[in-house]
Amino acid sequence: MSKDTVIEVNNVSMEFNLSEEKTDNLKEFVIKFIKREIRFQSFWALNNVSLRINKGDKVGFVGLNGAGKSTLLKIISGVLKPTKGTVKVNGSLAPLLALGAGFDPNYSGRENIYLNGATLGHSRADMDKKFEDIVSFAEIEDFIDVPVKNYSSGMKSRLAFSIATSINPDILILDEVLSVGDMSFQRKCRDRMDTLMSDASMLFVSHSVGQVRNLCDKAIWLHKGSIIAAGEVNEICDQYEAYVKNL
Amino acid sequence: MDEIQIKGISNFSKYTALLSELVRKNIKIKYRNSILGVLWSLLDPLFRMIVLTIVFSALFHRVANYPVYYLTGQLAYSLFASGSSQAMKSLVSSSGIWKSIYVPKYLYPLASVLSNFVTFILSLLVLFAIMFVTGTEFTVYIIFASLPILVLLVMTFGVGLIIGTLNIFFRDMEHLYSVFTLLLMYALPIFYPADILPAQFRFIQTYNPLYYIVVCLRDCFLYGKLYSPIDIIIPAIAAVILLGIGIAMLKRYQDKFILYV
Repeated sequence: MSKDTVIEVNNVSMEFNLSEEKTDNLKEFVIKFIKREIRFQSFWALNNVSLRINKGDKVGFVGLNGAGKSTLLKIISGVLKPTKGTVKVNGSLAPLLALGAGFDPNYSGRENIYLNGATLGHSRADMDKKFEDIVSFAEIEDFIDVPVKNYSSGMKSRLAFSIATSINPDILILDEVLSVGDMSFQRKCRDRMDTLMSDASMLFVSHSVGQVRNLCDKAIWLHKGSIIAAGEVNEICDQYEAYVKNL
Repeated sequence: MDEIQIKGISNFSKYTALLSELVRKNIKIKYRNSILGVLWSLLDPLFRMIVLTIVFSALFHRVANYPVYYLTGQLAYSLFASGSSQAMKSLVSSSGIWKSIYVPKYLYPLASVLSNFVTFILSLLVLFAIMFVTGTEFTVYIIFASLPILVLLVMTFGVGLIIGTLNIFFRDMEHLYSVFTLLLMYALPIFYPADILPAQFRFIQTYNPLYYIVVCLRDCFLYGKLYSPIDIIIPAIAAVILLGIGIAMLKRYQDKFILYV
């Protein structure tokens, strides 16, 4: 792996067993086991995907529902183990895979900043230094002591984005978390990516092709678990939009 | 992939901040919106002890110093029961986090056990107060209670990992385990003297590692003497075996968790 490469995905395939996942209680399992019904109903969410992401790349993933975008990001984040293939990650990750996933709903915004920071591997002292910056970027000064369960989805995503970017990760992973932010916040995100995160890499999933064009330099088009095309963002997005129009 | 996971294990120091944050959170959330807050850690065992003393001290009048007898058993039992059952639930309830960010999964059960340990330490204050009020002698052997307590913690964490892993696949565990802990409470001589069990049922005690912990703690706090070596060796071996099984099960199945939650 060359030193400019931060993520290397080699021939990754992901298989899910659809029938296995339906059993989540003991009774069903025993019945199915006795009837020998625990069979394998296979579904390949990713087929032999390989890609390489360099330092500073801002990559957008486009594709229809079920194309494997989120599965791929989960594999890169290390929360899902691929059935086949390898993933090498060189640097610290800050994944935002689900809205407010690192938050405790009963905790206030202030407490959640420390909790989420610790989840991403940063101590209380680290977070103390970044606290003011996080709060002011997320624009939640007045709500900092309110429990996060009372936050709007926009506030949650602003706070999560603000925490994830202020800890200076090498790789930022965003899965549909910015779609709830308004236009002015999306513009702020773009500015932040250009300044604070200019050396960092970003992986971005969105169903809004406009956002992908706006935030990314490169794009990858996934379809039914395979990469159809990869390259400069506008070129790929044009191809993808042309395909969607003809559906 | 392997690199991330190996980094996770070798980099325990990276996650000590998260561990202390989780312990803090468990305690804070438990008492959030209650006026007396953390005082409940003291009041809960105190009220239980008062009720049980009123009900049973006349019946079991041959138990010397019933309040201290009850508290030593109850504190050990509740550390085990609530520690392991919270550890079990923590793996499912933290799924939102480990489904999106890589964190070592054992941190959540460990934090549950440690936060229960903090409340256990607080309730020791009640025990000391009751010992003082009832005129129990404070001996040097109280310090030796730290060993059975450590064994109890290891055991609680081990059991928490085992049932926590099972609970991911079979959510029935939560219901089964609450029945089991109830059974366990009656099987342990917490509020009754150990010798009321007829000889043919003695195995309920001799095969229960927790029984020996309770015996050790009563020796230290109530009877002011050192426990016999066998009473600490048996639960210590059981604790190490349970922890080993727990770690092995978590390691074997943790990559599948995400498919079931």
